[in-house]
Amino acid sequence: MKKVSLFIPCFVDQILPEVGMDVVRVLRRIGCQVDFPEEQTCCGQPAFNSGYWDDARPLAERFLRIFREAEAVVCPSGSCTTMLRVFYPELLAGTNLNGEARSLGSRVFEFSEFLVNIAGVDDLGAYFPHRVAFHDACHGLRELHINVEPRQLLRHVRGLELVEMSRSEECCGFGGTFATKFGMISAAMGETKAGNAEACGAEYLASNDPSCLMHIDGILRRRNSPVRTVHLASILARTGAANEGPETMSRVRSAK
Amino acid sequence: MTTAAQEFLRAAAHESTDLTRRKAIRHAIDQYDAAVQRGRKQFVDYEAARQKCYEIKWEALNHLDKYLLEFEEKVKARGGQVFWAETAEDARRYIADLAMRRGVRTVVKSKSMVTEEIHLTPALEKLGLRVFETDLGEFIVQLRNEPPFHIVTPAMHLTRGDIAKLFREKLPNAMSSGASSEDPPELVAVARRALRRAFFSAEMGITGANFLVADAGMIAITTNEGNDRLGTALPRLHVAVVGIEKVIPRLEDLAILWPVLATAGTGQTITCYDSLIGGPRRDGEVDGPEEFHVVLLDNGRTDLLADAEQRDVLHCIRCGSCLNACPVFRAVGGHTYGTTYSGPIGSVLTPHLRGLNEFQHLSYASSLCGACTSVCPVKIDLHHHLLHNRRNAVREGDRPWHERAAFKLWRWTMNSAGRFALAGAAGRAALRGLYRLGLEATAVDPLRPWTKYRTAPPIPRKSFRAMWRENGTR
Repeated sequence: MKKVSLFIPCFVDQILPEVGMDVVRVLRRIGCQVDFPEEQTCCGQPAFNSGYWDDARPLAERFLRIFREAEAVVCPSGSCTTMLRVFYPELLAGTNLNGEARSLGSRVFEFSEFLVNIAGVDDLGAYFPHRVAFHDACHGLRELHINVEPRQLLRHVRGLELVEMSRSEECCGFGGTFATKFGMISAAMGETKAGNAEACGAEYLASNDPSCLMHIDGILRRRNSPVRTVHLASILARTGAANEGPETMSRVRSAK
Repeated sequence: MTTAAQEFLRAAAHESTDLTRRKAIRHAIDQYDAAVQRGRKQFVDYEAARQKCYEIKWEALNHLDKYLLEFEEKVKARGGQVFWAETAEDARRYIADLAMRRGVRTVVKSKSMVTEEIHLTPALEKLGLRVFETDLGEFIVQLRNEPPFHIVTPAMHLTRGDIAKLFREKLPNAMSSGASSEDPPELVAVARRALRRAFFSAEMGITGANFLVADAGMIAITTNEGNDRLGTALPRLHVAVVGIEKVIPRLEDLAILWPVLATAGTGQTITCYDSLIGGPRRDGEVDGPEEFHVVLLDNGRTDLLADAEQRDVLHCIRCGSCLNACPVFRAVGGHTYGTTYSGPIGSVLTPHLRGLNEFQHLSYASSLCGACTSVCPVKIDLHHHLLHNRRNAVREGDRPWHERAAFKLWRWTMNSAGRFALAGAAGRAALRGLYRLGLEATAVDPLRPWTKYRTAPPIPRKSFRAMWRENGTR
């Protein structure tokens, strides 16, 4: 049995906890022994991306301590995975923790990448009878080079029809603090993304980055769009069993 | 906040809601994207071509002294003149003095971003010279009294209707009788008629150069309209203004740089007119200038060369592909940047040319999506340099006190799981209360910068860690 330590991004912990629970459900279904080190908070990316590297560094050092013994760390966000794998070594360059940062980077995996490439599974026995488009979140796509894995997983979901939206690789406009510092630009980019999602006829827009989904979802709802958003883990968690209930499928957007 | 940053925000708010303008840009870039897909097919391995171009530029920049001197020596041997301009002012003064000494009254310019960078045209006009942009797009924006919207396609933001209207207003004599046509060939013919007169009366032709070829001692100019050839063949004087980073070691390097530039710039397999010029007219030649001057411009480039982390910015061949790939550029357009170079390359480069304090906001006006880096034909690490600029801005104390304080508080909170959980619980309770009262997106909503543009996510009662404790551990 594979031992897995969860890295649940801080905003998923606070705002989208069901995404985290769905990750747990899926990992357990394939026989992983799942652990959640409760000392974890934030990986430091907001400070790092805003230029506050001195404020991000202690949090990076904290994460290195927390996950020092972990065999595999799994995270449902390509962006937060990128922070650990790509940016910790840069943030800790020239310190005696650089080697440890690289070691953690080689043990941390984005959720879909872990399932397909590490666990070697692409059929999770999931059931989700809807038309779904996949949004390639930037960090996962361009920093981690993940774009095949999520689609491979979606193709094996029973009842799911995978459709491609135009410009699926174009940024949705979230961009961390950019979303609030330059709200009008972020929203304009989000509108473009929302329009492309609507045009492809998808009922659901799925992604492997909950931060993008939170942004796109807010834009879609502001324009009363019929398209809904859902995290990849929440699709894979759903097997069609009776006790799942009708409304749990859209974890990112519960019925209001 | 600096004036440049305030102006950026104002223009961005205006442009990002101008759906007609955004549609025009989107249309232009959709066509560009389709052309690039076709253009890339000429390469067996486009990634290998990018790598080769990167290596050529890397080699040139790491031996800049050697290759620039080699270039100078060969140009001088053919009777050309080379002037080393440390600043924009040095370059302007040299060209203005030359124009005055030689009795120049009319200047024709071929498209050149570096002359925009040094604000050459206004300086010459102040001396009473008539200056004509001869690239069609540049000609159009000059008539509108605007800077180029995009470094490769200066009039990208305009429709043919806009251009027809402009020509009717500004060029009534060049319009054929009763012309109300928006037909592109007709509009091109109008511009051609107007520009022919300028070409034949000009005493000085000013160009940039896409490359300085060291071993050949020649400048390489690329255009799609051939206007550079008329502008360098007819006038008595040819002045080429070129940034020092444009040097490449060998003539044979063009075999890869020319097609890559064409494909990245416009999706063409090769640009229509690729000229190599190595000096003034020689005995027995039928055209060409009496004098050939190359102004080698530094203007901050050697400072950037000294920056080991970001010196690859000098690889730039000004193809404009990062602008086209950038979703921020597509949302706000080129003029919003308020800089000569817009888009990702402009956001990275401008702080080096004009100061980080005043232009740091451009490095923050990015979602860091990395689309720019993924298309750059010379592999500049553009989006990571935006991160580096942000780090430098913080390090130099350029950020507002309340932001610095906020990150200190954030760090203190995140340094303890207990504090984080408590802050999260309190925050969620407050938001749930506010939103139940219907106060989302109002002045009292602490998430207003978010909810102004988006509906807030449903705020859950429990955090993940609380759920985990209850039933996650099994």
